[in-house]
Amino acid sequence: MNTDLQIGAGGKLQHLLTIEGLPPEILLQILDTARSFVSVTEREVKKVPLLRGKAIFNLFFEPSTRTRTTFEIAAKRLSADVVNLNIATSSQTKGETLLDTVANLTAMHADMFIVRHGESGAAHLIARNVGPHIHVINAGDGRHAHPTQALLDMFTIRHYKGGFNDLRVAIVGDILHSRVARSEIHALTTLGVPEVRVIGPRTLLPRQVQNLGVQVFHDMEAGLKDVDVVMMLRLQHERMNGSLLPSAGEFFKSYGLTPEKLARAKPDAIVMHPGPMNRGVEIDSAVADGRQSVILAQVTFGIAVRMAVMGILAGN
Amino acid sequence: MYIQIKNGRLIDPAAGSERAQDLFIADGRIAAVGAAPPAFKPDRVVNASGLAVSPGLVDLSARLREPGLEYKATLESEMQAAVAGGVTSLVCPPDTDPPLDEPGLVEMLKFRARSLDQARVYPLGALTQGLKGERLTEMAELHDAGCVAFGQPGTTMTDNQVLMRSMEYATTFGFAVWLRPQDATLSHGGVAHDGEVATRLGLAGIPVCAETVALSAILILARETGARIHLCRLSSAEGVEMVRQAKRTGMAITSDVSAHHVHFSDRDIGYFDSNCNLIPPLRDMRDRDALRVGLIDGTIDAICSDHTPVDDDAKQLPFAEAEPGATGLELLLPLTLKWAREARVSLPAALARVTTHPLRVLGLPTASITPGEIADLCVFDPEVWWRVEPAVLRSQGKNTPMLGLELQGRVRYTLIGGRIVFDTPS
Amino acid sequence: MTLPDAEDLIAKLAEQIRRDAGPRVALVGIYTGGVWIAERLHQMLGLSTPMGTIDVAFYRDDYKRTGLRAGVRPSDIPFQVEDADIILVDDVLYTGRTIRAALNEIFDYGRPTSIRLAALVDRGGRQLPICPQFVGAEVEIASDQTIELRRDQSGRFNLTLIAGST
Repeated sequence: MNTDLQIGAGGKLQHLLTIEGLPPEILLQILDTARSFVSVTEREVKKVPLLRGKAIFNLFFEPSTRTRTTFEIAAKRLSADVVNLNIATSSQTKGETLLDTVANLTAMHADMFIVRHGESGAAHLIARNVGPHIHVINAGDGRHAHPTQALLDMFTIRHYKGGFNDLRVAIVGDILHSRVARSEIHALTTLGVPEVRVIGPRTLLPRQVQNLGVQVFHDMEAGLKDVDVVMMLRLQHERMNGSLLPSAGEFFKSYGLTPEKLARAKPDAIVMHPGPMNRGVEIDSAVADGRQSVILAQVTFGIAVRMAVMGILAGN
Repeated sequence: MYIQIKNGRLIDPAAGSERAQDLFIADGRIAAVGAAPPAFKPDRVVNASGLAVSPGLVDLSARLREPGLEYKATLESEMQAAVAGGVTSLVCPPDTDPPLDEPGLVEMLKFRARSLDQARVYPLGALTQGLKGERLTEMAELHDAGCVAFGQPGTTMTDNQVLMRSMEYATTFGFAVWLRPQDATLSHGGVAHDGEVATRLGLAGIPVCAETVALSAILILARETGARIHLCRLSSAEGVEMVRQAKRTGMAITSDVSAHHVHFSDRDIGYFDSNCNLIPPLRDMRDRDALRVGLIDGTIDAICSDHTPVDDDAKQLPFAEAEPGATGLELLLPLTLKWAREARVSLPAALARVTTHPLRVLGLPTASITPGEIADLCVFDPEVWWRVEPAVLRSQGKNTPMLGLELQGRVRYTLIGGRIVFDTPS
Repeated sequence: MTLPDAEDLIAKLAEQIRRDAGPRVALVGIYTGGVWIAERLHQMLGLSTPMGTIDVAFYRDDYKRTGLRAGVRPSDIPFQVEDADIILVDDVLYTGRTIRAALNEIFDYGRPTSIRLAALVDRGGRQLPICPQFVGAEVEIASDQTIELRRDQSGRFNLTLIAGST
């Protein structure tokens, strides 16, 4: 079906909905452009006039202060006008349909929608139903994708490791429910990382996940051996009480990142986390605040990467 | 009324034959095949040159949405869709609102259908009150009101004791029990087949074991009780194999598959096409292929449309929020023909899956094109291509995985009881 | 027509700047040609202030038509722009739009005391009120032609005329 929804005529990116299906050239263009935006964020006037006059609407159907704020800062640094919409979606209070909301906002001359929604496929649905000059960025849809997070993580990896060709990368935690994990896997494999590992208990690994091009480990120590990058995923509280996991304590014992477990990785391995962290559940404070952690850098780079995505899309 | 159908190719699935012969209809029945009866003066001569003539299609599952769900579709529109699809008899599942668990509701439905004077409607009664899976319905009363069998279209009942007792009760009267094998807890929260596609798309999965665990319970209890079971909408390779083994031991079971499942797999979901949100879910290509093999070797007896009109608003939502279901009455014939072509099955054998076999499942007399038989017929053009688009569908349900795709085979005339109820100019 | 020798023009520019600008002057080159020239000038003039490099991609006025091009490089101004005397260096001065973008970009770093422009080649055709204070040569070519500064293996610069409109 339509992977061509993302890429329009002339191979130019029209929407950023998922990393899956994007050629490495487009990913690298975003990373390279982001480098220029990092230098913008390092000077006194952190703005450029690139998107002046453009209206960017943050459509957050799922609340998220962090991600929304990052996008807002990025948009403002491009001199765009930003409108934030937090739309509650309980099925009881369902008023306007998703597409009606989008149609109304389009009538208000939106140029770009940044969408976060609790259901997989929401960003695709919106992208299929907007006019030709409106761009959609997926800020997270259900369990499916979070492409800007993956891009900023790739930027971070390239910043610290120089490239992707010789790396072993491990993604640890609740892969089953994670849109971040899916996007990371697509980005890493597209950019040519030779070994991508997923580590987690069987209940938190999706069916046939190895078909995405990863090696599956249930033993964290074995999975972390000699890796260059450790990507920890957030474990949501709901998961700990159902029939997927018995408790946070047991999860931390087997899958929490402690200094001892980290020692199995290469001595110069970097530790990443998309945030927000659950200290003591998936990651020990000693590691989160330790010298191998690049978690704060991820946040900084996140703004530059989102500026790059918006800057490229709005001009296409 | 006297009708002559001229120059058509008569397909008789019961006899397994295909022959170019004229057909003569009088007083609602087939009067003669081949040569006209003496002094036959037709009121209407249908020129069926280039067309096939077969018994009318018998659809084992078509939701008419009445009573209660009229905002989705009405009896009028869906009965129109049925005859436009060449369907002359259909079974209507009990999951209306309220469910068909009261004789009065069944009588009303039959009355409404009869007054529209189109396809014959055979209501499936609810097996339990409110379809809740707790208390038995008055099956004998419902049967008298016109229910042809009893079923639970939703997930298999969680209480196996109730399931067993409902089978025992039904068997008392010789009623068949129709069940959809899908375990409630294993399929809980799932919206797509639990496999690579769901993993990529981040959709909650319904594993194959949701079907096989339920099948296992159903088959064991059926053996215990001697109940006559019809399994609705198989979806997996493992499920087909279980039914095959059960049939080998001589169990009185029959099964069906939905026409969409014969052709589509979870790959067709693409990037979240909610037209592919169906119950049971479209499984992977291996499962689809096993369903096709099951149709050929008789493990699966019939193809049905599982016609489920859904309004557009309910589909224009993220996949998991969309309402499952697809329109099917007007697609049953061409989808069956498509399968026949691809599987190299003869036309009579293919049409048997939508005519004589469903009648056998229903315990009704078989249809054949012989003098004396009631003239429920479908006259169709097997070659013509057409594109599936909302404007050409008579059903109010416009959503199907086939939307925008082309099919070969279209009904030109439908006759019920010797009357032409659907008629298209060429 | 034959274009002047790029190396000669650079020497000429260096001489002009040496005569007119003080020792604390700061060079800022515009990618790519302007950066090459600024590097050479910086070396020849022995300037103490490190040079800056800018890519005006985020300040161009044609973004709406052509979008963001690939290959944008990070701008880097390693000296204090506030109160600086800056010489902007570009290879070919034409409509003046690139210079306008460069001026806006520099002002987002701070308030310089002055900005002057050094262009290797001025081909006329200005669409904005921009003029260079230091010029290597004035050249007249057809509007469907472009002049490109190239650098060979040995690091020697030359100017090439390219036909066909952009």
